[in-house]
Amino acid sequence: MKAGTNLEKVLVSGMFAVTAEAGPPKGTSAAVMQRKAELLRHCCDATNVTDNQTAIVRMSSLAGCVLLKQQGVDPVMQIVCRDRNRIAIQSDVLGAIALGIGNILCLSGDHQMFGNHPTAKNVFDIDSIQLIQALKAMRDEKKFICGDDISGEVPLFIGAAANPYADPFEFRVTRLAKKVKAGADFIQTQAVYDVAKFAKWMEMVTDQGLDKQTHILAGVIPIRSAGMARYMRDYVSGVSVPDEVVTRMEQAKDAKEEGAGVAIELIEQLKEIPGIHGVHIMAVGWEDIVPEIVKQAGLLPRPVL
Amino acid sequence: MKTITEQKPFEEISEALSGVEKVYVVGCGTCATMCHTGGKSEVLDMKEKLEAAGKKVTGWMVVPTACDELTRDALEENAKDVEEADGILAMTCAFGVQTIILYTNKPVYPSLNTLFVGKEDTPGHFIEVCMQCGNCILAKTAGICPLVRCAKSLLNGPCGGSVDGKCEISPDVPCAWQMIYDRLAALGQLDKLEEIVPIRDWSTSSAGGPRQVTISG
Repeated sequence: MKAGTNLEKVLVSGMFAVTAEAGPPKGTSAAVMQRKAELLRHCCDATNVTDNQTAIVRMSSLAGCVLLKQQGVDPVMQIVCRDRNRIAIQSDVLGAIALGIGNILCLSGDHQMFGNHPTAKNVFDIDSIQLIQALKAMRDEKKFICGDDISGEVPLFIGAAANPYADPFEFRVTRLAKKVKAGADFIQTQAVYDVAKFAKWMEMVTDQGLDKQTHILAGVIPIRSAGMARYMRDYVSGVSVPDEVVTRMEQAKDAKEEGAGVAIELIEQLKEIPGIHGVHIMAVGWEDIVPEIVKQAGLLPRPVL
Repeated sequence: MKTITEQKPFEEISEALSGVEKVYVVGCGTCATMCHTGGKSEVLDMKEKLEAAGKKVTGWMVVPTACDELTRDALEENAKDVEEADGILAMTCAFGVQTIILYTNKPVYPSLNTLFVGKEDTPGHFIEVCMQCGNCILAKTAGICPLVRCAKSLLNGPCGGSVDGKCEISPDVPCAWQMIYDRLAALGQLDKLEEIVPIRDWSTSSAGGPRQVTISG
């Protein structure tokens, strides 16, 4: 065991893992995170806490993770390279470990122009692959990036993202291979709607044996409305929503029910793809639906290890 | 290679010049002329605007290259008009402003924003291709700099926002890593992208006060 987190235990056991996402509030309320913890605790193995996603200022991922942890949820702390340099990032990692956080997901981060502080200066001192490599060295060699020794243990289960829908398509497997080589223990992918393209990517991934070297969780974003489906199709870079999904949402009598249905069907299909070790459900403010989706997808109860 | 500039809004210039009744205007015959921000016609337009705003323009000139030492001679030759002014409005890049201040005791106000060191890729269109980081990596990236051309300065390939060759920030911005990928593919060097590019030493960049070099020998 590298960190002994619940997520690591489930993945190492070979069971199909379920992770979810809890976005922190644009404010100071601990109760918001506590409520999300209540909702998600029994239906997933770990919960990601986003790091100022879409560059909108929210409660820090570190604080959100601690609040989840206090409620018995295994948190995954997300770290983006946009806002902090190597000094601040390593400092946060030490603090996170001291507070019992063992899973860290490394991301580049959405560009600040999409957020509510578009005039901010970005950092990008290191990139997401370099961050993975740095965390691995912190854990395995107990060294900071500069080479100095770290005192104390550094138990970390290191995650990274992958987006099979971004371009160049052929490079996407190479990029995953780089992340695995850098030290990614688990991967959470961008939301899947186009299962055929995802399966093609996974075939290339399994051909290289990458699924044996890391645990790949397929991303699922439940769609709440036809408007959301259209928005994601037209405006979210790197997400591919087929027209048939949009049409289905437009024609649905009950859009939410339809959206949950789409998510459940996607999970059923994803479970069958060789090399997939779990799903990562990003409900983006619609966490209430997650327990139902997990239940309907036949993934309850979650293992207690 | 040119220093690319843009005109500041006149309101900002007026605010900077509040209390400055008499102004001497300096343009530049090189980059600012080419950018249409500080050539003769822009200087004459500015003169008109300043006069309409109630200022007295004691004189003007377009020096050949504002960042050159010859600017000193030009200021000396026009000393009478310069001396009469309360301040100098420099329609030059920041190099020009910082050259002019060496040779005058008058306050100098910039009329332009200095944007970047740019390359004219198509007529009339300038793009930043080098951030002068002090630690060139073009050997690994097919001669295309991701530090300046990728919105996140990524070193290990495109992020998840690269779609159809465009950057997530705008359909007008090509994805630097798609460009690098295509060129490496054409060169038969795609294997270069499999290596992990290590964490950079940014100390050669602009994080530590002014960088200086002395040419020896």
